[in-house]
Amino acid sequence: MSEVCLQGLPASPGILVGNLVTLRPLTDVATRVAGDPLTELGALDRAIGSSIGELVELSARVQGEGADILSFQIAMLEDETLSGPARLGIERGQSADLAWLEALEAQVAEYQSADDEYFRARAGDLVDIKDRVLRHLAGGAETTSVPTGSILAADDLAPSRFLAMDWSSGGAVALTRGSPTSHVAMLARSRGVPMVVGLGQELLRWVGKVGFDGTAAVDGGRGLIVVEPGAERRAELLAQKARDDDAKRAAASYRDKPALTLDGSRIEVLINVADSRELDHLDPVLCDGIGLVRTELMFHGGGPLPDEETQLAVYRRIVAWAQGRPVTFRTLDAGGDKPIPGLTIDGESNPFLGLRGLRLSLMHPAVFETQLRALCRAAVLGPTKIMLPMISVPAELEAARSHLDHAIADLQTAGKDHARPPLGIMVEVPSVALTPERFAAEFFSIGSNDLTQYVLAAARDLDSVAAIASAADPSVLRLICEVATHGRKTSRQVSLCGDAASDVTLVPALLQAGLLVLSVAPSAVGRVKAAIAATRLGTSNDDR
Amino acid sequence: MTGNENIIAATAGLKVKGAIRVAHETGLHARPSVKFTKLAKTFSADIEIGPGPDGPWIDAKSIVKVMATKMPKDSLLHLRAEGPDAEAAVEALIDLVRRDFDDGTAT
Repeated sequence: MSEVCLQGLPASPGILVGNLVTLRPLTDVATRVAGDPLTELGALDRAIGSSIGELVELSARVQGEGADILSFQIAMLEDETLSGPARLGIERGQSADLAWLEALEAQVAEYQSADDEYFRARAGDLVDIKDRVLRHLAGGAETTSVPTGSILAADDLAPSRFLAMDWSSGGAVALTRGSPTSHVAMLARSRGVPMVVGLGQELLRWVGKVGFDGTAAVDGGRGLIVVEPGAERRAELLAQKARDDDAKRAAASYRDKPALTLDGSRIEVLINVADSRELDHLDPVLCDGIGLVRTELMFHGGGPLPDEETQLAVYRRIVAWAQGRPVTFRTLDAGGDKPIPGLTIDGESNPFLGLRGLRLSLMHPAVFETQLRALCRAAVLGPTKIMLPMISVPAELEAARSHLDHAIADLQTAGKDHARPPLGIMVEVPSVALTPERFAAEFFSIGSNDLTQYVLAAARDLDSVAAIASAADPSVLRLICEVATHGRKTSRQVSLCGDAASDVTLVPALLQAGLLVLSVAPSAVGRVKAAIAATRLGTSNDDR
Repeated sequence: MTGNENIIAATAGLKVKGAIRVAHETGLHARPSVKFTKLAKTFSADIEIGPGPDGPWIDAKSIVKVMATKMPKDSLLHLRAEGPDAEAAVEALIDLVRRDFDDGTAT
């Protein structure tokens, strides 16, 4: 038989070749003969009590996200509202298990019908709760063992079942249904268990098929399952896994340490953040601060623009996370390839050369000053900087500065706690890179994606010109070098926060151009620090 | 910090109403609702929440009901409470939402 590829959605990266096994399905049917209502109510209460006890015991063994999920399930079970409809059913003569099954299935359906994907994904927790109590009503013990190194195939996997299994010696999960945002997917990512979801029923048809040799390969990062992988495929995947493991080990050993070049220069490595949720599972020790907070995400809800308090709550959370490390917030950078309904202009003939970034903020002073006020208030909590996107001429910086003055005056009048953050600019337009000395900015951050597209006249969103739009082009590197030199001469920080900083093949060239601060994707910190450690700056740096 | 600016009406501290925007990225979901209902249960006042100033009102101490409101991010959460510690209850709950349920910060 030749190999068959099944494409699903990536839920947790990693590669594993092993046996494809299934869990025996839990009893999902009611089998009790109804006793009198008092007996049935007693049985239900005991089953709920045992379920809570089991979860409490399990939660003592797990930490972090796993414990949060379990405490949510415990709280749901402790709430009598959950079993209310089941109790009514029992009083009408139903058996405890049938009443519970019907009541919980109605709840599961309610969650599954939610518009919000997050709430939909919670249906998995309800199913988990439902099955656990049913199992206790049937008097069954938990079957949790999965053979080491095998790939567990199922329709869905309850978070508590995942947690009860031992994954320490390997294993992977392949689900016919499921969502990458489900609790179980989050758990798989945090444990490093490869997982693919949404594979469809064909997956389960393979298990137990006559003549099936029982093996499969999982590539969690690509959302791929290969049933009966051929020798070539196995070799290719295992080689990829070996490379991934090596790179991961190297990156992990550098990740949480300060970055030093081969010749001992300290390089600051900051992170780029678009969504404060990304920070939930990151320890700030991995970075020297946040070099770029993209504030656009909050403005994309489609509803009203976020007010000052809403923004403040998000900004505060980010500053608090950094624990005293500097955080650079970029003011709203809409327009270009990032439209926001009601704010950006539709139908511009060339949006990348139109009203975008700061140009747009200056057109909407009320929106701009709301953001500036929220940032000044968040700045009380820790070192905070404000960075302006898409500056072309010095007058724009000065206009923004007077809005900042105005925002601060308003906060003073209102008697609200605030601080004045340093005001810096992005270097994305060649006019700034060529003559940075004209701009009275307190710091500079090079946006290499835009700088590259404007220097080489190659749109960043067009595949057809992607080969031209390289940040490694000598013209772009020359400009980066000019700005870095200006920064060194005037004691102003110059960082680079574009994709180029996360590209390990470019890191040596960027450092040799004189950059001492790189801001990268959180997932790239380890490998960027490893690349820095392998780079020699040479002495030319001090001579310039 | 108190929740005073979010308190809409208080009658001799016994009947209190308030409102606060839910800034949490995923709305009033699993982890926040565990914290919210646990805190609500520490007060003796009857506490209810609703999506608008006129309800429909549901029991703020029941996580099953709180989750069922499916309150998304950026929605305005209305609270009302009645009882001897009503004002303290509304203030404390508003403060919890304002602190973003202490999520992601040092707790």
